[in-house]
Parts: sequence; C-alpha cells; structure tokens
Amino acid sequence: MGGLGGARSPPSWLVPSATLLGQSVVSGLLAGGLYGLLALGLSLSWGLLRLVNLTHFALALLGAYLTYQLGHVLHVSPWLAAAAIVPAFFVLGVGLHAVFAYFRVAEFASLLVTFGLAVILESVIQWFWTADYRRYETAYSTASLRLGPLFVPTLELLACLTAAALAFATWAWLRWSYVGKALRASAEDPAIAAAFGVNHRAQAFLLSGVSAAYAGIAGVYIALIATLAPSQIWAWLGVVFAVVIIGGLANPIGALLAGFLIGVSESLTMALVTPAWAPLVSFSILIVILVLRPGRV
Amino acid sequence: MLVRLLTLGTHGALAGLVLFALAGAALAAPSGPPIRIGGTLALTGPLAPTALLHKIAGEIYVEELNRGNGLLGRPVEWVLLDDQSKPDVTRSLYEKLITVDKVDLIIGPYATSGILAGMGVAQRYQKLYVHHSFGMPHLAKYEMHFPTAAFGPEPQRTMPTTVFEALAATTNPPKTIAIVTSKFPSAQYQSNGAREVAEKRGLKVVLYLEYEFGTRDWGSLAARVKDANPDVVWIGALGLDGNQMLEAMKKLDYTPPRHFHLFPAPGPLALAPDGKQALSVTVFEEHPPFTSNPGAAKLIPLFRERATKANVPYPYIETQVAGSLAAWQVLEAAVTATKSLDDKTLGQWLRKNRVDTIIGKLRFDGPNNYGDDLFKVKQVQDGKWVIVWPRESAAPGARLLPP
Repeated sequence: MGGLGGARSPPSWLVPSATLLGQSVVSGLLAGGLYGLLALGLSLSWGLLRLVNLTHFALALLGAYLTYQLGHVLHVSPWLAAAAIVPAFFVLGVGLHAVFAYFRVAEFASLLVTFGLAVILESVIQWFWTADYRRYETAYSTASLRLGPLFVPTLELLACLTAAALAFATWAWLRWSYVGKALRASAEDPAIAAAFGVNHRAQAFLLSGVSAAYAGIAGVYIALIATLAPSQIWAWLGVVFAVVIIGGLANPIGALLAGFLIGVSESLTMALVTPAWAPLVSFSILIVILVLRPGRV
Repeated sequence: MLVRLLTLGTHGALAGLVLFALAGAALAAPSGPPIRIGGTLALTGPLAPTALLHKIAGEIYVEELNRGNGLLGRPVEWVLLDDQSKPDVTRSLYEKLITVDKVDLIIGPYATSGILAGMGVAQRYQKLYVHHSFGMPHLAKYEMHFPTAAFGPEPQRTMPTTVFEALAATTNPPKTIAIVTSKFPSAQYQSNGAREVAEKRGLKVVLYLEYEFGTRDWGSLAARVKDANPDVVWIGALGLDGNQMLEAMKKLDYTPPRHFHLFPAPGPLALAPDGKQALSVTVFEEHPPFTSNPGAAKLIPLFRERATKANVPYPYIETQVAGSLAAWQVLEAAVTATKSLDDKTLGQWLRKNRVDTIIGKLRFDGPNNYGDDLFKVKQVQDGKWVIVWPRESAAPGARLLPP
C-alpha cells in the first residue's frame, strides 16, 4: 500500500483466462441444473394441468427450511430428511390440487390464487423461522471435485445430476406410461381424452403430487447450497419462469436444457462483461425465443 | 452523582436510562394519552434479516422509556409498519403515518433507499426525521433530517481511508485490491469511493465489479476474484452477500488473504468458518471502551435477552443495533430538552446541540446535518467482532491480525 502513483483500475471486460472461462461454464451449468430442477414441477403443472402454480416456489423454500430444521436442530441427515419431505410434499400437492379442483381454479385465476398462497406460506415461514438468514452447514458444504484447473462443487453437481435424472425419468414416464400418455391427451383435448376413458381428475391429483414432490427435492438442495431467507421465495421466480417458457411447457428435458442455457449465458456474461448484466440475459433470451417462436406458451 | 447525571441527561438519553436504573420504581409511571411515534422497517423482504435487529432495538428502547417516565410524562407508542424492503411502499406508509394515523413524531426506516423515500414525505409535511442507516449523505438535503449513522458527510472518502490506513499499519500491507460491490445504492456509492481512494493511495485495483442486489450465481463472481488474485477483497455488500461470496471462493479452493465487508449481517459472518479475520466497519462493539458507558451497560443484557429469544444468531449490540438505539436516544434527548413535540422546535434544538448516545457524542451541524465519521475498523476474532483500528478504540489487547 505504500507505493505511489497507483495505476487506474482495469476495465471489467478484459479478455478472461481460459481457466476463468472454463470455471464460468462449470458454474453456469451447475446453476442451470438448479434452475431446471425448480422449473420441472412448474412446467408439468402449467403444461398438463393448466395451473400456473406459484406456490411451487414457496413449497421449494418450505422444503429447504424443513431440511434445515431437521438437519440443523434435530441432526437428521439431509438425505433422510429428503426421504420424509418428498412423500409429505406429494400428499401436500394432492391436497392443494383438491382445493384447486373444488374451486375450479382456471389457468389465469391460478396465477392469482397461488400467488396468494405463496405469500401466506412466506409469512408462515417468517413467523416460524424469523426473517433472519439461516445457513445449514454440513461437512460437505464447500466440498469440490477437481478437474485439472477447474473445481466442481459437489453439492451443486449432485443437484444438477438429480435434475437431469428427474428430467429424463419424467420425460420417459410421460412418453411411455399410460398415465403419461393420458395426461398429455387430457392437456391436448380433455373431451376426446375423456371419451377414451381417461380419468383426468385422478391423474391430475397424481401429477400435482409429483410436482410438489419435485419442489421438495429442490428444497433439500436449496437448503444445502444456499442461504435461506423467507423472501427467497421470489428470488428464482423470474429466471425459472423464463426457463419453463424457453424449455416448453410440460417438456422436462426442455426445462433442463433451458436451465443450462440460461445458467451458462448468465455465467459467461459475468465473466466476459459484468455481473450486473447477468439478470438481463434470461429475459433477453426469452424475448428472442418468443419473437422467433411465439407459440411456446 | 445523580444530579450530575441529570444535568447531562438534558443532552442525552443515556443519562435518562441510568436514571431509570437507579430510581426506576421511584419514578411516576407515565400517564395520559400516548405519544405516538410512527415508522416503518423492512419486516419482510431482502432487508428483513438486518431490520429485525432494528425492530428489537426499538422495542426495548420504547419499553425502557415506558418503564420509566415515558416522554414528557406520557407513555410512548411505536406505530411500526412493514415496508417490505420497498422504497415505494415506504413512501406510502410514511404518508399514511402522518396523514391518517396522525402520529406525533416519526422515526426513519432501515437502509438508504427506504430512508430516502421516507425523507421526501417528511420534508413535504415538515416532520422531524431521525434515521439510523443512511449511507449517501450527499443526497440528504432536507434540513430537518438527523442521521445517527455516523458516516460523516463524505463516507465514500473517509471510510475507505480509515480501512486502508488500518491495513497499511500491518506488517505486510496489501498492494493489490479487488472491489466487488452490490448495486444497492449506498454500497455502490461507498465502494466506488473506495476505488478512488485506493488508486490515490497507490493500492492497485486489479478488479472492480458491480453485481445486482439479490444475485444468485456467486460461483462466477468468485472465479473472477480468484483469477485476479488480489491481496485484499473489498466486498461492498449487504446482509449475507459476503458469506456467500466467501463460500463460493472456498469451493474454488481459494481464500482471499484479507476480506473486507461493507455492511454485513453481523452474526452470520462472525460465526461462519469462512468469516475468520473478516474485516468491516462499526461504531460500537460490546467491549471497552464502549461498554463502560452506563447506558450501554444497561442495554446490552436487555438486547441479548430479546435477541436470543428471537433466535438472532449473534445477539450482541453492534453497529446496526447501536445506530438504531442512538436514533431513539436523539429523539428522546430533543423531546426531553425542549419539552415539546413540535417538529421545528426539536429540529432547531438538534442543530444546535450535541447528543450523548451509545455510539458517542453526535452533532448535526455539518454539511447536510452530518457530523463526524465515527466509524472504526473491526475484525472477526474467535467468532466475535472486535474493534482493531484506530488503536485508541481497539478492544483491550486486540490488533488487526495479518493473514
């Protein structure tokens, strides 16, 4: 510090090193995996049930807080916690759908109703856990795998692999199982599907449960990766919506790939240009895709 | 002794608190219609975790007032509304507090953007506006605003100077710095000032980055800092941003030799394993010479009890809480001294007098009503924040630990 005549700061857009570029791509892929994981349930309920379910984000954060509570306070392993949270959320999802079905909530109304539910859940979370930040520290919180000069954070990698596994499994389920075909048929033309004996009502309950269970899985990873605050419910809203639309409704693999696309784009923007521009990326991509392919929603 | 304290009390609420402690039961309970003091805090939203500390501080202060003789012998009621961390909501709520709830006095919200929003309303209705966490003094033009965030009129210059002086006094002073800052107004403003001060002092700025408040991808930011490999990182951040940045860097097998955090959530950083030797700035920490102040000695256990009950992970009075308590003390001192609730009378008194507070003597006669920059440099040592610079304010035996 004692030197004189210090040089001007470098501009933030200097050509980055190969290591920085590689690390940014890795970071982007891993962030994109989490986007994809969060987008999966939303994409299914929007595409197949015509419910724009904002409660999905609140459920994911509730899952994160429950993982934190079980792990931090009761010392239950997060993987055991997941074994309890996922089925519980399935039931919760079925229950929520019962409410939506009872009140015949339509697509646009679902946006408002689920927004209200998300706000209520945020208040409940804040009441129980307060607005203070919560961090679930585990022995492997900062563990990474080394690939030459690059580091791959273990938990983010696990979340990404889980997202990929769930996306492919869901795609296969929708494509080859009777329930999957029936759900797709009902989304396409409910009257004709019903004429062929499809019980859309029962399958809708199942799908709603599955979507909520996916929120629970995302929540477990959020607890392990991120710092928790009740307002975080809204932190992923914009980017995950963009992922769902870019990936195509009810398209699990599309959601995963769109997550990667946005994650890597954001990350490279941070490395090559400036971090402040990163949030513009997801919506710019969304606008371009909607202009080129307006029929995606 | 009591008489002397009473005399001082006309200039400061600390003496009043001591009076409560010594003579509590002997004082008449406050009576009559309550004096209603309105304000907002970010009870929800991204600023909520830190605003919770301000809420607890305000609650214990008002309770202590009412346990004593209230204000002017009347009980005090704090009308607190949730501004949701949004300046537009803050503006509307102050309008409501003044025109619908018709509160007697107002007190500012938490953080720069909200305070600025409320200031416009206060100015329109010519209300006295005491606030505790405003980081951009050059924007505070209202003649009846009184800040207890003791930044001085030019924190973008004075605060980095204090920090860099502290670093320069170590055995191996840094030669390069990376500045990574949130675009939250006060953080960006002061970090930009740090960049200029660093360059003037010959400290080479090898990286300057701004990111959006509420960013999610810390991995890319961490990768850029690692790539720049500075001697010290200035993290111009609020809340938990600093924790997340350190954690992301650790995942890349990188720990910066030194790291400074502008407005961190104090507890999580002090208690995190990565927060070891983190640097920040403060006006108060729970050690001498600050704890020898009798008012502080009384408030410390009260805050600890309440904060523990609220599950606050770091239940100690530090800069956020102390700034908040000081705001209440300033309000109490002005009302007590003038025996008035008239905003203009209170404002005139505050401009002419110094007020004894938990963070020291505050004056409001400088540019834009700012007095002295009282900020000191603190460091996490053994899981607790301790002041390390300047030496006369340092905790007993504490010094800035080198990497």
